Amino acid sequence: MHDKTLTELAAGLQAGEFSSRELCQAALERIEHLDGELNSFITVIAEQALANADAADRARDAGNAGPLAGLPLALKDIFCTQGVRTSCGSKMLDDFASPYDATVVEKLRQAGAVNIGKTNMDEFAMGSSNENSFYGPVKNPWDLSAVPGGSSGGSAAAVAAGLVPAALGTDTGGSIRQPAAFCGITGLKPTYGRVSRYGMVAYASSLDQGGPLARTAADCALLLETIAGHDVRDSTSVARVVPDYTAELETSLSGLKIGLPKEYFGDGLDPEVETAVREAIKVYESLGAKVCEVSLPHTHLAIPAYYVIAPAEASSNLSRYDGVRFGHRCDDPTDLEDLYKRTRAEGFGEEVKRRILIGTHTLSEGFFDAYYLKAQQVRRLIRQDFLDAFDEVDVLMGPTAPTPAFDLGAQKDPVSMYLQDIYTIAVNLAGIPGISVPAGFAGNRPVGLQVLAPHFAEAQLLGVAHQFQQATDWHLKRPAFGKEMA
Amino acid sequence: MQWETVIGLEVHVQLATQSKIFSGASTAFGAEPNTQACAVDLGMPGVLPVLNENAVAMAVKFGLAVDAEIPETSLFERKNYFYPDLPKGYQTSQMAQPIVGPGQVEITLDDGSTRSVRIHHAHLEEDAGKSLHEDYHGMTGIDLNRAGTPLLEIVSEPDMRSAKEAVAYIKALHAIVTYLGISDGNMAEGSMRCDVNVSVRPKGQAAFGTRAEIKNVNSFRFVEKAIAFEVERQIELIEDGGGVIQETRLFDPERDETRGMRTKEEANDYRYFPCPDLLPVTLDSAYVDHQRALMPELPSEKRHRFENQLGLSAYDAGVLASSRAMAEYFEAVKDVCGDAKQAANWVQGELSANLNRENLEIGDSPVTAEQLGGLIQRVMDDTISGKAAKQVFQALWDGEADSADAIIEARGLKQVTDTGAIEGMIDQVIADSPVQVAQYREADESKRGKMIGYFVGQVMKASRGTANPQQVNSLLKQKLDQA
Repeated sequence: MHDKTLTELAAGLQAGEFSSRELCQAALERIEHLDGELNSFITVIAEQALANADAADRARDAGNAGPLAGLPLALKDIFCTQGVRTSCGSKMLDDFASPYDATVVEKLRQAGAVNIGKTNMDEFAMGSSNENSFYGPVKNPWDLSAVPGGSSGGSAAAVAAGLVPAALGTDTGGSIRQPAAFCGITGLKPTYGRVSRYGMVAYASSLDQGGPLARTAADCALLLETIAGHDVRDSTSVARVVPDYTAELETSLSGLKIGLPKEYFGDGLDPEVETAVREAIKVYESLGAKVCEVSLPHTHLAIPAYYVIAPAEASSNLSRYDGVRFGHRCDDPTDLEDLYKRTRAEGFGEEVKRRILIGTHTLSEGFFDAYYLKAQQVRRLIRQDFLDAFDEVDVLMGPTAPTPAFDLGAQKDPVSMYLQDIYTIAVNLAGIPGISVPAGFAGNRPVGLQVLAPHFAEAQLLGVAHQFQQATDWHLKRPAFGKEMA
Repeated sequence: MQWETVIGLEVHVQLATQSKIFSGASTAFGAEPNTQACAVDLGMPGVLPVLNENAVAMAVKFGLAVDAEIPETSLFERKNYFYPDLPKGYQTSQMAQPIVGPGQVEITLDDGSTRSVRIHHAHLEEDAGKSLHEDYHGMTGIDLNRAGTPLLEIVSEPDMRSAKEAVAYIKALHAIVTYLGISDGNMAEGSMRCDVNVSVRPKGQAAFGTRAEIKNVNSFRFVEKAIAFEVERQIELIEDGGGVIQETRLFDPERDETRGMRTKEEANDYRYFPCPDLLPVTLDSAYVDHQRALMPELPSEKRHRFENQLGLSAYDAGVLASSRAMAEYFEAVKDVCGDAKQAANWVQGELSANLNRENLEIGDSPVTAEQLGGLIQRVMDDTISGKAAKQVFQALWDGEADSADAIIEARGLKQVTDTGAIEGMIDQVIADSPVQVAQYREADESKRGKMIGYFVGQVMKASRGTANPQQVNSLLKQKLDQA
């Protein structure tokens, strides 16, 4: 069962080949046996999951099952789940159980999905390798000495290792797409505003977007249909009709215009990654698409702009973790100042502290114009680059990340780690949707092809990815890890 | 040296919305701590703000009432600082692009003269919670019921030159916000509080002196006292060869003095930036026009109407229009009795005297406008005498019955206007007072006017005060002069 896609499992449940309880039980068993090594989960909620699986089985028998009834899923530990720990990979929230459910969690539950547990992540979604978690690094199932990518690395690894068929992640600068690429699965970052952020713990509010990680584009379509849509509790969520993404998967690629941003194929791109991506693009040509080179001239400014805007927002968003109302509190504070200082010094990890300090600095009087305002101007230029490119072509394609998954502990310098997101970050600054699909290997480590589309063109994006998966079998490859378990 | 005082005010007005500015939690006052704070108000991880449209409408109405520009776009920003009763570590406020632009307010001074105070801008923001220092054995309790309550902060230009002007300004704002119904204006409950910026300079000097900011003063009287103290303190400092330092001070109402709190040099860098969770607020002219159409009559308009249409004196019109509750009460009395002048006399006379004596607001008056109007009607149609009317008013005040008519009936206060009945009583009094009648008849015409008082008194007594005194008077005169 663990090799099957979400769509296949849904069909199996429908046909009565197995029950939700059996399916969830199998997932829980795999987690129990494999996750000790993988470390992809922070919290597993077996009892609650089995009770919900039973409820889904009863609903199916009664003929009123939702579209995802009985399907086991995992949630990045950044989504609030009522009564269940939501740690954000931080010591600060190690003992925090949210009093409410995130909007996407509500929507998944209404659709009948069974939450199996909460997946590991870089602390407060800050990182590109999943090495910044209070709960320790996640391993890449393709090669246990490699990172799974970050910050949704727990979700990506859990799906790649067949612990769950799909999971939710969040993407602020590439945190769904890059781990999907590193783990050989499909990950979609929707348009900013397509999926409610209510109950998704904020890192950088103007960039954060939740989305699915699964084996196939078709599975991502199924999940996006469920979680997308306007939410009155999130003013930045957009009031637009949610298309039937599944129904729109079968669009022909004939005449599709693909742009290759020349800036995405320059220095620093691993040759094996480049080869795999160019091979994938040839597949598209063979399916009738037209390819041309385009330019996104402000690409080189994306990382500097991101590392001004994201830490600025983060420094403010993370102020609430002060030891007063919830989460970690230092022992025996002598006064208020001491409470704040020690609580935050003890509760936050290195990378989080680094970004809070950067953000506090760039927002402070005398620096605001030079950093924050300038970065916002750059952001507009980057967005305009994409809008101009989409005047010429339907979609853009390139590598998701410049290299395949690197070794745990290999990236010592924070700036070289930041450069991992060089192809993904501009997409968040522009707010457009992007998807990473498995497109080959560099050695034994997967390579992701990134496809980008205009705002709210998820249907097209998923269709383009799906057609590729109809013509290739990279998405069917499974790591050796966990193979011995049925 | 002659000194001039320069005063600017930041007035925080709590808006009378049912729910908070960014959440659905109730804003009702006085609930158990932390029972009116939802996940959003508590700053729980993952929560997001949603702007309360009513708060926007109220701010716009205020802007229109002070002739301010209403910019098409305004923006919410985050003001970042750490404080235990500030749940998110930032206050969502407006700085660069507030919802209300420059405007002005007309103030009326005690001598009846008016002048204009400029408003720099007004912006929307959320209130913080409250730190509780008592009953926690050296620890601090936090009550977040107030967190997220919508505030409109009205910032004046430094246009006021005396404590009296400052008080007149706050009173004018108080009248506007209560007329608009956008705040209950209850200063004791903190619905209106102000930060007072005070400086002094030698008369004739153009440059401002160094100012001190007195935080959170919450009554008209305290504003006056705080300014008076501060002006004296600053002048003394300078005259003693020292200087005023820019600082934040607190007013101590027990001692009528201000005290230093912290100097501005230690002030926070608030790191304002646009709140990424809220979209810019855009208000087109149709929206603004719609709000304008919903506005009630404002105090100055009301004053003019009372004077010009109802024929009240300028003084009466001013007093009656000074608060919305007073004006509404007066108009209701007028509508019932049909006479503006009588209604004005009663509201400002008997009613106000009673309210003042028992320290009640007009909204708490035990006599309703309906009841008072009914009472005045009975005076006007001669059912009761003016003297009996005072009795009836007192009985209404004491809650003896629901209406003037019921009291008149129960106490038998109806004036006897039946000539026959009065004549009967007069004949009896004349028959019972032969000595006085003889004296009267012997007296000069010039002395008779005084002497008739005795007979009037006797007749009134006989009628238990119900006889119409004018009738008694003229009939008595006729009868005594006859013989």
